[in-house]
Amino acid sequence: MNQANSNLHGVGVQVRGLQKSFGGQRVLKGLDFDVQPGEIFVIMGPSGSGKSVLLKHLVGLEEPDAGDILIQGESIRSGDVLSKYRLAMVFQSGGLLNSLTVGENVGLYLSEHRLKPPEEIARIVNEKLEVVGLAGTQEKMPSELSGGMRKRAAIARALVIEPQLILYDEPTSELDPLSAVIIAEEIVSLNQRTGVTSLVVSHDRELAFGVADRVAVIHEGRILTIGTPEQVRQCAEPLVREFLSAGFKRNSS
Amino acid sequence: MFQNIGEMVILFWRTLLALPQTWRQRQKVFDQFFEIGNASLLMVCILSFFIGGVIALQTGPVLVERGLASAVGGVVGIAICKELAPVMMSILIAGRIGSAMAAEIGSMRVYQEIDALRTMNINPITYLVLPRLVAIAVALPLLVIFSILVGWLGGALVSVANTRIDIPFESFFTTLDDVVALKDVVNGVFKSFIFALVVGTVCCHQGLITRGGPRGIGRSVTKAVVNSIVLIVLFDYILTRILLR
Repeated sequence: MNQANSNLHGVGVQVRGLQKSFGGQRVLKGLDFDVQPGEIFVIMGPSGSGKSVLLKHLVGLEEPDAGDILIQGESIRSGDVLSKYRLAMVFQSGGLLNSLTVGENVGLYLSEHRLKPPEEIARIVNEKLEVVGLAGTQEKMPSELSGGMRKRAAIARALVIEPQLILYDEPTSELDPLSAVIIAEEIVSLNQRTGVTSLVVSHDRELAFGVADRVAVIHEGRILTIGTPEQVRQCAEPLVREFLSAGFKRNSS
Repeated sequence: MFQNIGEMVILFWRTLLALPQTWRQRQKVFDQFFEIGNASLLMVCILSFFIGGVIALQTGPVLVERGLASAVGGVVGIAICKELAPVMMSILIAGRIGSAMAAEIGSMRVYQEIDALRTMNINPITYLVLPRLVAIAVALPLLVIFSILVGWLGGALVSVANTRIDIPFESFFTTLDDVVALKDVVNGVFKSFIFALVVGTVCCHQGLITRGGPRGIGRSVTKAVVNSIVLIVLFDYILTRILLR
């Protein structure tokens, strides 16, 4: 686990028996796992295994059919737990508002909740954009940014909230290897700087084993294994082995 | 269908509850208001002028032949202010502005922008629906007042220019003034206010329930405009029955 865990800035998450179906199709079949405060926890699995649906449950965008999610021991179903703790999510597409500039997007949380005066918001936006290597892009529209830059802008927007739990949905999908490395470094450095709990959903094996304190492998709505990257690599479960060793080999004949 | 109606009623109720936030969202209300006016004023002007002209052209010769030339101004005036201006302008706004609302909110829904708002504890109803509903509820009645005036002018000019009607300009407005009471104009403007709430609610609701990609957005836009027009005509009948009492 990372050094910043000592200051316990992040929050712990417990998922208990989480089930969800869409139109008779069971997407989550009773997930159980804990994420420790300040940990980088990566959920890996093939497309359609229920990873993104799980993330949506964690931020209250979906209601579970059964089971519960606890943040610091409090159910997100009870009262205003989701507003009590600062949660942020970096969406697969970035989720930037296309009608706003990058600067307005990054400062949206502060401006909409009137938490700071405009000059202070502008200063914070500049600072957060600099942190993710996007200084000087405040006036650009999201459509003018590359895929990697959009994701970094989304991370900057998440940073403004000073989150205690940050969720990343496929942070390196659609990115070239160099951009993917920058995003991975950003996830780790953010975790080390602030001690934020990070929950990353990805099918990118290099990202998962590169950044994770612990990894869970999910398949068809069930968790196959949970452990440190090394433990998961050693896992004997055939589906896990298949997922981790999958690769394309051209048949020369 | 009943689920959609229920959802629209809930959306409208939640927007009403968010009304105290209007001042905080005033910049967005103003932006939407400007968008509605900017996008519609010229079309409202052309449409209203020719609607007034056509009503005069259709009714004028018939009335004049029967010795009822003094009724032309009144007939055109009443038809425009009580029925044609509110209904036609509302249909125009449903097609021009309602479709844009459904497309913009639908696109935000599909591309996870609304999910992003929710994760930041920003209520999409306050942020997206409230400014649009307030702007359209203010803009449409104003456009209808403008439309009534332009429609009357169109009717008057056609009545002057057409040799089969041939009524002097002042005489047209004198007879219009005799027949049309302020209450008639207020009724028409009130109807347009209700239609504005219908169009705003229907189109924002369709945007918010958009599923799928670009095809889903297209479907939402079509449904938003068609449902708005159907509801405008339905509410027009109900309101006319109530206001005639």
